[in-house]
Amino acid sequence: MTVTYPTEANEQPFPGLAIQKFLMWLFLASEVMFFTGLIVAYIVIRFNSSSWPVVAEVLNVPLVAANTFILICSSVTMVLAFDAFERGQLERGRYFLIATMVLGIIFLSIQAIEWDELIGHGIVASTNLFGATFYTLTGFHGAHVTGGVLWILGVTIAAFRGHYGENPIGVEVLGLYWHFVDLVWIILFTIVYLI
Amino acid sequence: MEHTHEHKKRPYMWVFLWLAVLTAIEVGVASLGLDKTIQIILLAVLAAAKAILVALFYMHLRYDKSILAIIGGFPFFLAVIMALIILADRTLVGGLIGG
Repeated sequence: MTVTYPTEANEQPFPGLAIQKFLMWLFLASEVMFFTGLIVAYIVIRFNSSSWPVVAEVLNVPLVAANTFILICSSVTMVLAFDAFERGQLERGRYFLIATMVLGIIFLSIQAIEWDELIGHGIVASTNLFGATFYTLTGFHGAHVTGGVLWILGVTIAAFRGHYGENPIGVEVLGLYWHFVDLVWIILFTIVYLI
Repeated sequence: MEHTHEHKKRPYMWVFLWLAVLTAIEVGVASLGLDKTIQIILLAVLAAAKAILVALFYMHLRYDKSILAIIGGFPFFLAVIMALIILADRTLVGGLIGG
């Protein structure tokens, strides 16, 4: 059996599909598995635990619901940034990137307030299974948001230096990551805070 | 480099509105004091609806090549299978996997 491999370094595996976007989706597939592992572990631990606190009593659900709304808003500003770059509206795109970054920072700040409240109630990661799973899930998600904010900062600086005018793929790939982080939070919010 | 997207007007703001409304409904459902099983099913459906909206419209799966949906969707499909196995394990044989 003969196997043929691409002969040129720039040959695309799927014509018409940017390689950066293809690679980002492969990365996101690995992220799906990562978060799935964490979430399923949380479900198993929670439903097999004989003592689990009443979530509404220990967590500030209204505050986190507002924070969820902020992250959803940041997804909108991100997709509008990409839309603007795609249409050649570079200035509009840059401002939507800044708005996304600010909303991401607000999300992280509110999460820090929430953690501070919980620590104030004496619940840390080593307190019990609830603490361990809560800080692990929200912590890893928060780390992803932090990475996203730093990435947005880099892309915003590049955009102000004149990048992405011809080809906004860099903004699109960043957007895929950011929307994925939003999507993960949608699931975490339901599983950790509402159920 | 190619531009894979046409400059069409896309329903970004409508999707945003739906995401906001669905989030408000989720919080409402969680605070209604419904039967736990019904509540979990309702919340799972609402969260799935929101996740699908984000994936289809903001991550452009509705407009992009289907290979991307397969790459992102296949591990998710496996995740659902794993969750169902755990659920069946708990309800049918009393939690052999979870201990």
